[in-house]
Amino acid sequence: MIGILAIIGRTVIQFLTAIGSATLFTLQAIRYLVTPPFYFRAFIRQILEIGYFSLPVVGLTALFTGAVLALQIHVGGARFNAESTVPTIVVIAITRELGPVLAGLMVAGRVGAAMAAEIGTMRVTEQIDALSTLSTNPFRYLVAPRLLAGTLMLPCLVFVGDIIGVLGGFMIGTQKLDFNPGTYMHNTAQYLELVDVVSGLVKAGVFGFVIALMGCYYGYHSKGGAQGVGAATTNAVVSAFVMILITNYFITELFFAQ
Amino acid sequence: MTDTSTIAGAPPKIEITGLDKAFGRNRVLNDLNLSVGRQESLVVIGGSGTGKSVLLKCILGLLRPDAGSIKVDGQEATRLNAREQEELSAKFGMLFQGAALFDSLPIWENVAFGLLAKKEVSRRGARDVAISNLAKVGLREEVAFQYPAELSGGMKKRVGLARAIATKPEILFFDEPTTGLDPIMSGVINNLIVEQVRNLGATAVTITHDMASARTIADRIAMLYEGHIIWSGRVDEIDSSGNPYVEQFIHGRAEGPIGTEVAR
Repeated sequence: MIGILAIIGRTVIQFLTAIGSATLFTLQAIRYLVTPPFYFRAFIRQILEIGYFSLPVVGLTALFTGAVLALQIHVGGARFNAESTVPTIVVIAITRELGPVLAGLMVAGRVGAAMAAEIGTMRVTEQIDALSTLSTNPFRYLVAPRLLAGTLMLPCLVFVGDIIGVLGGFMIGTQKLDFNPGTYMHNTAQYLELVDVVSGLVKAGVFGFVIALMGCYYGYHSKGGAQGVGAATTNAVVSAFVMILITNYFITELFFAQ
Repeated sequence: MTDTSTIAGAPPKIEITGLDKAFGRNRVLNDLNLSVGRQESLVVIGGSGTGKSVLLKCILGLLRPDAGSIKVDGQEATRLNAREQEELSAKFGMLFQGAALFDSLPIWENVAFGLLAKKEVSRRGARDVAISNLAKVGLREEVAFQYPAELSGGMKKRVGLARAIATKPEILFFDEPTTGLDPIMSGVINNLIVEQVRNLGATAVTITHDMASARTIADRIAMLYEGHIIWSGRVDEIDSSGNPYVEQFIHGRAEGPIGTEVAR
């Protein structure tokens, strides 16, 4: 009986400790984000890594998502003679939800994992300790550039993804579903509101922050060699996924709840 | 036991008193007292897992001790904020066990990292300083443009040493400088360490369990066992220490007062 209580107690304490340390980590990272010195070269490297090199994977995801949406909405719409809603629903679904969420998940898998593995390896090979002995704060040099680049780059990626996603729907709509190209584009633009796009980009910024934060946090605290780095990578990706899905709901609620 | 054998009169460069550090229930450092004189080369010897690395990390400010005091140049070093710690770190140079080179940067940028961090030199100037520091440890200019993954273990150690001395630190730390190297390369690294510490006029603290290395580098040797210093003395006194722990350690005997944790 005492044993079971001890296990429950230990789990609760570990859980609270983890939340506390993640919160402290976040606050510390934000503090170093807004105070000089800044590491411009490290920041540019992350901009390229997160933004530029993620373009193919995000573009591909968006293209096929747009295409499959057009197909499915056409099937659904045909059941009550509403095939003409395809362009409108495709663009709203892409900009509000699927663009940011799918791009977030893809980037979490690509970039979040890489951050956790890179920083984790730096931790277990004492490179992070070496930074400190060379008068360089590891938060400023490693964490702050990644957080900033993630927060800024994901909205850019999602914006490009939105356009490619609409293009995917347009291709299927005009080639397979007999839409007139002019009508398709007109319907896409006609009912689209600014808030649809903006809410998606705000989500993307939050997801970018979360992805970089989880990658850095688990990498920074990894221990015990190759296995520890592996665990850090898994934790970074899984927790980024979960947080993306949860924060997605709450941001939607903030924007659109009546 | 207190540590008394620094040069009489001169204030010690590093003075550690009553240092405690525990991880959970594992007390690693237990009332440790140690001082290192100005321009002295101290080698701390001790078995694996006796807390040598923890001691070093406490001095470097990478770990916060539970109790006790560490003074560097008379200034308390255990309760510093981030900015003060950064200022203190500028006095330190450290050669890590695995060299800990930044593998995303070319060798010259590794060596010049501390200089670039202080923003006192241009990238061009930093590269020239890096190349001259590489020459000091016997590495050719071409190496400067390679990446750490392309170098052998011995070369990485040399680059690590070049990086540690590049900022002209007042205190140099060496963490197991010869571990993982062949005897000849160990000899080379030991000689480089002696030479560079002398050239800089630096104070040096080395932790090792390699007695050949300790005898080459040290002015004074201290032995760490069960979390505190059980013996310290000049390097030429170690063979007549009369301390059974030291005797067992320097002769590498399996039998003796230091229990080995191997089940028989």
